Order: sequence, then C-alpha cells, then structure tokens
Amino acid sequence: MLRFILDRLFHTFLVLLAISFITFFIMYKAGDPVQLLLPPDATQAQVVQMRHTLGLDGSFLTQYRSFLVQLSHGNLGTSFVYGEPALKVVMERLPATLELAVLAMLLSILIGIPLGVIAAVNAGKWKGKAIMLFSLAGISIPVFWIGMVLVLIFSVLFDLLPSSGRGEVYLFTSALTWDGIRHLIMPVVTLALFQLARIIRLTQSGMREVLTQDYIKFARARGLPEHKVVYGHGLRNALIPLVTVIGLQFGQLIAFTIVTETIFAWPGTGKLIIDSIQNLDRPVVVAYLLVIALIFVVINLIVDLLYTLIDPRMRLV
Amino acid sequence: MALLEVEGLRTHFFTREGEVKAVDGIDFALKQGEILGIVGESGAGKSVTGFSILGLIDTPGRIVGGRIHFEGKDLTQLSPSEYQQIRGSKIATVFQDPQTSLDPVITIGRQLVETLLTHRPEMAGRQAEEHAIGMLKRVGLPSAAERMHNYPYQLSGGMKQRVVIAMALLNDPHLLIADEPTTALDATIQAQILYLMQQLVKDFNSSLIFISHDLAVVSQICDTIAVMYAGRIVEYGSREEILSDPKHPYTQGLIACLPALDGSKKRLKPIPGTMPSLLDLPQGCYFKDRCPLADAQCDLYPPERIVAGRRVSCHKV
Repeated sequence: MLRFILDRLFHTFLVLLAISFITFFIMYKAGDPVQLLLPPDATQAQVVQMRHTLGLDGSFLTQYRSFLVQLSHGNLGTSFVYGEPALKVVMERLPATLELAVLAMLLSILIGIPLGVIAAVNAGKWKGKAIMLFSLAGISIPVFWIGMVLVLIFSVLFDLLPSSGRGEVYLFTSALTWDGIRHLIMPVVTLALFQLARIIRLTQSGMREVLTQDYIKFARARGLPEHKVVYGHGLRNALIPLVTVIGLQFGQLIAFTIVTETIFAWPGTGKLIIDSIQNLDRPVVVAYLLVIALIFVVINLIVDLLYTLIDPRMRLV
Repeated sequence: MALLEVEGLRTHFFTREGEVKAVDGIDFALKQGEILGIVGESGAGKSVTGFSILGLIDTPGRIVGGRIHFEGKDLTQLSPSEYQQIRGSKIATVFQDPQTSLDPVITIGRQLVETLLTHRPEMAGRQAEEHAIGMLKRVGLPSAAERMHNYPYQLSGGMKQRVVIAMALLNDPHLLIADEPTTALDATIQAQILYLMQQLVKDFNSSLIFISHDLAVVSQICDTIAVMYAGRIVEYGSREEILSDPKHPYTQGLIACLPALDGSKKRLKPIPGTMPSLLDLPQGCYFKDRCPLADAQCDLYPPERIVAGRRVSCHKV
C-alpha cells in the first residue's frame, strides 16, 4: 500500500513537471506580454526595463530553468498582471470554483444514481423511457445554452434569481448564506445537468447489465425483497465502474466551470484562466494548470482507494 | 398427499420472433422426501419448469396456463410478496454455476445471514451467524467460522457450491430445486456434491427436483425420472422402470448414449439430428424426425398413456 502511494507520488511529480514544461512553452510561444502590459507609446528603454523586471529577457531554457529554481523554493512566480504571487492569485479564486464543482457533483450523484436505477429497473416501460429521454437531452444540449436560458427565464422574465456574481460569502463559500445560495442555484444546475445526464446513462447501463447476472436471480430465489435485490446487490456491483467515471468527471467538472463561470460572471478560477490566457499572464496560467493537475491526481488516488473499499477483489494488490 | 403437484403447466415466452412454448402442458407430482430427476437436452424446458415453480420467470416469459399446488396452495395465484416469503424458505434452489450464484462483493457470511434474517426477522444477529456457521459445517465446508468472512472469490468452485447449498438449506426448505448443480464442477467434486445433496435431502426430509441434462447423474440419486423433450414430458416413472426398460424411443436413445459401466465395449449410439426449434415445432410428435420408429401415425401428437407402470406419450409403445 505504501509502495503504491509512493509510486503514485513519483508519477505525479513527473506529470506535473511535464505539464509545467508544456504550458511554459506554449505561453512562451503565444506572444509577448510586455506589448500588452505597456501602453502603445512606451519607449524602447521602458520595454527592455519591463522585460528585465518580469524575467523575460533570457532564452526559453534560461527562463524555464529560473522557473524551476523558483519552484524548488515553493514559488510559482509573480503574476504579470496582478503583481502578486501567481499561486496566491489562483488559490484565492479556487474556493469559488470548487464550491460550484462539488455542489454540482453532489447534485448529479444524488439525483443521477437513483434515476439511473429506476430507469434500469423500468427499462422498456414509459418511466424508464422518459428518464432516458431526459438524460439524452441533458447530454446533447450545450452548457452555455442552458445557462443563458436559465438566466432568461429566472432572472430576466421572472426576476427570481440573480444572474451574476457569488453574492454574500461566508467562510470561503456562498452556500452558507441565503443570498449566496440564491446566487448558487443557477450556476450549479447549469454545471450539473451534463454530468447528471451522464451519470443516469452510466448507472442505467451498468445496472441493466448487473441485473441479468445469476447472483441477482439467486438473490431473488433466496426470497430477498426487491429493494434489497436492486440496491443491496445490484447497485453495489454496478457502483464499481461508476466510481471511476465519477472521479474522472469531477476533474472534468472543474474544467467545465470555465463556461459556467463566464456565463454567470462567477469569480472563480475558470474566469481567471480565460483572462490570464488573454493577458498572456504566464505564471498564473502555469500555476492554475499545476493546481488543477494536482487535484486530478488526488481525485484519482481517492478513486483507487475507494475501489478497494467497494470491490474486495481489488484488495489483493 | 403430494407435496407438489404440477398440473398442465404452460410457460411461454413472447419474443419478437414469436411465441416460444418453453414449457407446454406438463404434469408431475412430488411426495415429501422424494427426489425427482428432470432430464432432457438444452432447451427442453427443464430450467423453465424449475423457475416457473419458483415464480421467477422473467419478461417476456409468463405462465400462461396450469396450476402449481404446493402444500395446499396454488402458487400461480400468489401475490408477489406471498411468493417472496416462500422463496428461500419453503422452496429453495441451487443454481448451476456456483461461480456466479454468489454476490462477488459481499462476504458469504453476510449473504447467509441476510437470507436467514429475511425469513426469520425475529432472530438475533448473533444467533443467525451461529446458525449459518452450523449450516456451513453441515455441508462440509472446512473451518466454517473463518470462512464466514471470506468473499466468494476466495473459495474454490466446489466450496462455493457447498455455500450455495448451505444457503438453500438455511430455512429448512420443504422443496429444493437444483438446476444442474454439479455441471460446472470437476468430476471428483461432482460426486461429492451429489452425495452431499442426497444425504442432506434425506436428513432434512425435504423433496428435491434435480434438473440435469445428464441421465447418468440423475440415475444415481433420483427416485423418479421425468424425461422432457421440446417443452413436454415424454416419459415419466420410477427410476428402476425407466432405466431398465425405457419405453419412449427418446429415452431409449438417451440410455444408448451412456457408456456401459460394466466394462463391456458397446458402441455408443448418438441420437441423430437436433431438437426442433420451439418456434417451429413439427405437426404431431415432436420427436418424429429423429425417431427410428416414426410413421404416418406420428403426424398426430401422441396422447399420454400408462404403460408398464409409467406415463409415456408415444404411439409405438
């Protein structure tokens, strides 16, 4: 087990290194941030001066080397735009994004799994068909369209919910204040819908397969009540592949927040990364991607550990 | 009075290709303590007969006619919850493949206790565990108490089948339906399990329906034998009569397929051809196309007659 975790940490280190190099390179090639930061009438001396201050005057490899040296001291560089440590800029915005992603994930799991089970048990009947049709719509309709339609209906037409911002924030989250919750509803629903639809479909197909297994028929032959057969034995087995997918989806959700945050002017990392790419703010982009990659790795680790909990056959490793 | 009386049972499957008459009007009865063997090739309707008695026919299948009298009740008239109370207690079952009969992600102990508590909710958990361990000992599982914490993948095929048998016997069933319980096992284990079942059925004074494609296996433990062909019983009588003096040409064919045990080098005689598709049954006797005795008379389905102490449906007897 310890060996497994150490292996993972080493892999993580390599992955992060590779990501930093690739991002660094792309941002290096993308353009000269100095041109964007200085007014158009700046003198040549000012440009040289600025380039030196930002550490942009060396070759690509010198710049990357000095980035690595700084990194070894736990420093991801200073944002060109905000003048603050890049990591701090990202971390300040992270709670807003995680809040959206976690709530959307919870919503789609809590609704998606039961609906998927119901759809599997009622496959071929109208109830099952209706759920599957809904999930098909959820998968096909683009996120930005749903967001805009929600805004149109609930903000513009009926003026029930605020269309932008986080509202009142308490202890890093909006979920603890009434105003915050009102601001959360639409972004969370928008973000959750696609995942919800996917979880329904995955649960449904997994359950349909599991329900044909002998041990399900044998559970019925043992006289177990139907809900125990379906949830106690069926879902428990169907969950195994589902956990992996849900873990990966959580990573995707964080990435998807870019669109949702843009629609609802949500001050999270999604909006930050779009702004930073436009401003060629390399330290922030690199810091963002490293943080997101780290979150992915941590989720995968949790998924692997959960796996051994759900499936005893995995415990041999 | 008979424990089980099946009268004119008909179970059909309504598939896209048409109506499959998997079981089409069969009659048999079982006394307490009796072992009935149902033999026939795959698709003859043996398993469907078993599942019909258990009330576990999946859609698109349905019992379309006949009665199943069990301890004075007609099982075909029971509500789902009444049926559920009988399954796993009064009528228990052992499936063909022990590898797939047990839920892979739950310990066998929990599955045993669950089966027990479903039918005896008044039992204390500790007591149920003791009872389960006692039953595992009776079916000859070594170190039964420790095995309770094992998952199915940690047991061999023979051990799993012992667990399945223990699970079937937990609630003192009056009728046990074993669907090819030894087919998936090695020959040596097969003999052990067969002997075990015979002993246990005697000890518990319960009746057993033993379903098998293997006349050799059936002839070892059964008191009566029903030979099924294309959804109907073609010959039904005591073991001695059927084995020593088979009347129906199909039964004769089955016996001619068996290697002689006395060492005489007789040539095995396979039955030519295959069983007709249940979607496309011939006019008259279903066996006529493979029968050496068939003539014009066989274009009418032969009525059942009592010949030499057994029921047989053939014009040529």
